[in-house]
Amino acid sequence: MKVAIIQFPGSNCDWDAEHSVQNVIGLPAGRVWHKDPLPEGVEAVIVPGGFSFGDYLRCGAIARFSPIMSDLQSFADQGGQVLGICNGFQILCESGLLPGALVRNDCMEFRCLNQSLKVEDSNERFNSEALAAQLTLPIAHGEGNYRADTEVLTDLEANNQVLLRYAPNPNGSINDIAGIRNQAGNVYGMMPHPERAVESHHPCLDGLPVLHAFLQPLLQTSPVQLSA
Amino acid sequence: METTAAPLPPNPDPCLNVEITPELVAQHGLLPEEYERILGILGRTPNLTELGIFSVMWSEHCAYKNTRKLLKLFPTEKKDKDAIGQVLVKAGDENAGVIDVGEGWGVAFKIESHNHPSAIEPFEGAATGVGGIVRDIFTMGARPVLLTNSLRFGSLESSQVKRLFRGVVSGISHYGNCLGIPNMGGDVYFDDCYEGNPLVNALCAGILRHEEIQKGAATGVGNPVYYVGPGTGRDGLGGASFASRELTEESAEDRPAVQKGDPFMEKLLLEACLEMMSIPGLVVGIQDMGAAGLTCSTCETASRGDSGIEIDLDLVPQRETGMNSYEIMLSESQERMLVIVAKGRERELEEVFEKWDLHAAHIGEVKEGNRMVVRQKGVVVADLPAKSLTDEAPIYDQPATEPAHLAMAREWKVDSIPELGQEAVEGALLGLLTHPTIASKRWIWKQYDHMVMSGCTVEPGSDAGVVKLSIAGINKYLAIANDCNNRFCYLDPYTGAQIAFVECMRNLACSGARALAVTDNLNFGNPNKPEAYHMLKECVKGLADACAHFDVPVVGGNVSLYNEHGEGAIDPTPVVSMVGLIDHPDRVTRSGVKDSGLDLILLGGLPDELGGSYYLQSAFNKKEGTCPKVDLDAEMNLQNLLIGQIEEGRICAAHDLSEGGLLVCLAEMLFDAHGIGASVSLPDLGSSGRLDTLLFGESQARAIIAVKPEKCDAVIQAAKNLGVSAHAMGKTDDSSQLKVEVAGTSVINSDVSGLKNAWESAIPKHMEIA
Repeated sequence: MKVAIIQFPGSNCDWDAEHSVQNVIGLPAGRVWHKDPLPEGVEAVIVPGGFSFGDYLRCGAIARFSPIMSDLQSFADQGGQVLGICNGFQILCESGLLPGALVRNDCMEFRCLNQSLKVEDSNERFNSEALAAQLTLPIAHGEGNYRADTEVLTDLEANNQVLLRYAPNPNGSINDIAGIRNQAGNVYGMMPHPERAVESHHPCLDGLPVLHAFLQPLLQTSPVQLSA
Repeated sequence: METTAAPLPPNPDPCLNVEITPELVAQHGLLPEEYERILGILGRTPNLTELGIFSVMWSEHCAYKNTRKLLKLFPTEKKDKDAIGQVLVKAGDENAGVIDVGEGWGVAFKIESHNHPSAIEPFEGAATGVGGIVRDIFTMGARPVLLTNSLRFGSLESSQVKRLFRGVVSGISHYGNCLGIPNMGGDVYFDDCYEGNPLVNALCAGILRHEEIQKGAATGVGNPVYYVGPGTGRDGLGGASFASRELTEESAEDRPAVQKGDPFMEKLLLEACLEMMSIPGLVVGIQDMGAAGLTCSTCETASRGDSGIEIDLDLVPQRETGMNSYEIMLSESQERMLVIVAKGRERELEEVFEKWDLHAAHIGEVKEGNRMVVRQKGVVVADLPAKSLTDEAPIYDQPATEPAHLAMAREWKVDSIPELGQEAVEGALLGLLTHPTIASKRWIWKQYDHMVMSGCTVEPGSDAGVVKLSIAGINKYLAIANDCNNRFCYLDPYTGAQIAFVECMRNLACSGARALAVTDNLNFGNPNKPEAYHMLKECVKGLADACAHFDVPVVGGNVSLYNEHGEGAIDPTPVVSMVGLIDHPDRVTRSGVKDSGLDLILLGGLPDELGGSYYLQSAFNKKEGTCPKVDLDAEMNLQNLLIGQIEEGRICAAHDLSEGGLLVCLAEMLFDAHGIGASVSLPDLGSSGRLDTLLFGESQARAIIAVKPEKCDAVIQAAKNLGVSAHAMGKTDDSSQLKVEVAGTSVINSDVSGLKNAWESAIPKHMEIA
């Protein structure tokens, strides 16, 4: 498997993520249980959506203590590609792999809809030319309201770390932020679900360029080696 | 009947060693003659735990004692043995019915009510309703692939109703979203008759290989019995018998009878059970602990397996201390299952549950004989013949009297309604589009994750929700629709139930789907009242006759009686849900028109009946009139035409006429795409000679389709061949206006976006937090 999809208790978009990478994009993908080590040879990791550990306490707050998270940390430290989608984004924020936090939608309700998004010129992989100026992707979350303190926010904006912005804003996210990356450019997180917009029966195919942008380095770089 | 049994020893909990008085029997919802029957079966006095067990197993919820005879009227198999959709597991045999969908796959589906709990505690009541029906589906070995709900509330003018509505929707959203099963919306009606007694019917469908179908039978003497899932607490005590009583002002004090749900726990249980069931030969039998919890699951599995069963309550995981046998046996704590495992393979089961961090406790064994024996602290606390609990419940044939209002409805004359002038058409249309029953339900389903599992193909809001069965790796689509217009059932129960059936099936046909089978949820008042029983009986007859006519069997469902509150019973509400199959992506059809320049064809003729319509409700606040006629042959021809023409690739959009009639149907078809309008011309007022009846009457067997101009002649010819009236009445355009003229005179020329805005904002406006 080249792309590992981490399965926590309560993950529920793990199958979707695996299906989109394996059957639609065509890269070997597999699910990895949160108590197991990250397999050798994995070149990218997706932390999928769902309600890990029921989202009790805070979304992603318990998942960060799962055994696999130390492997994920070292994988990311060595430049491994990591994408957190929805609950996966929340987990990456809780575990410190990405800055900021996600709190309850300002409307206080769950929102499931096809969301218009503005693509930011973030880096050579993720920009409005490679993707499109505007995308539509499904969102489905109750806690997608991105928050960060002024310092973090200033840094994010100054370093072009914002990937996607809501247009219009469905949840009260600060600066309309829907997705970000880390400064090094190997850890990505977003509330929208690109894996739900990749097949002809989906509302659109706008998830494909997003997943392609994330998975692009896989064909170019050698596998990242895990430390013992 | 068993007449053995010496008296049982005293219960370890002294408070259970009480004399069984007539008052105690009555408190358990048992009639004196029912208690006599229990004495006859046992040949001794039951102890309190045993009385509790009888009371839940013989409640209407578990035993269908008032409806079992009527339910036998439903066809449970297909007459045509060559048709697709053969029944693999029949209604009543297992936790849910299963139908064949081809290529070795089957679909398990069922609807179930959680009305009474939702009336008392809407969030938990609705949430656990979803949990219960999902367990019924994965117990069969199926991976759940969709949810829908059929909901009924009082008027949204009432703040109590708003509270119930908000609570129910957020309970469903909370539970279903966490499980990650797409919720395709469903049908929602608002009517004063549901004030104080909302209806919450939840449906789940799942997919499985034929060879994966699991049985709920305890077989193989010596096989271990396992309890899996979280510990048992005192919540939901006696919920099944609670659901078999009328709601009263004091019902709020029954809150302990409402269960508390934990969707995360259910998700773990779902995954662990499917993983366990994928190990060949490991699971002998499995049953969820739903209504009547441990009681129902043990005696039903034993009864189905023609076996005895013995369990030890000291081994049951408990989350409260000091629980006695009565409490443990009657608890309806959620997210628990009973599993009978092949002896010697216990470790394989335990490993799966250890992985998912769930309890798997060996609590008993399958035994010879037919008795259900329960021990606690080394003492036998219940010893009952299992089959007597499941099969010997009393069955009643209640007296039925036709309510007086039915005769009035039959004799009703439309002349009592003032005629509609053309200048009032737009106002009447807006009145209908903003009635919460007809208005957009987006406020509801944007709170439901309908896209998870990557299968959502037609989102909620069209005639049927459609999901691709991607997870099975097959290129087939499952369509789901629910229907039941209570107004028609109130005015004419037989015909009203048939309308629920044909409208549901028509919704599938408009979506390109062939109906496979029905699951029904019979929501009625107190069956001991002759008038209420008449309504129940007639609805069941009507539904059964329609099922037989279309050769669409009933594969399961639920009965919820005693839906009464304050001023009387709810209207009869036999909710009909159907699963249909679409086997090619090109055939998936929506109700919304996407393009201008399409021909609009009215199928089935000009509407000519106004009785029972929503127009009478929104314009005159009346629930009266003669229910529209149902012609099952005409309906079948229409549906064959729709499916046939969709399969020929000739139909771009299709929407059936239902609540609100022709003009609402036409308007709704224009709401999907920006800038689309339509210009329609109707030749005359039709046989009724009335504008209100033509535009807003709810005559059956009618639909509007949009077709490309070059296909129009072929469609009209095909309609002629099937004997369906087809009238090319106009075209879609890019004017953004809805224009209709009747006999050359314009009756409406309205901006579509204004109509859409009114339709979309109606429910949100009611639900704005002041």
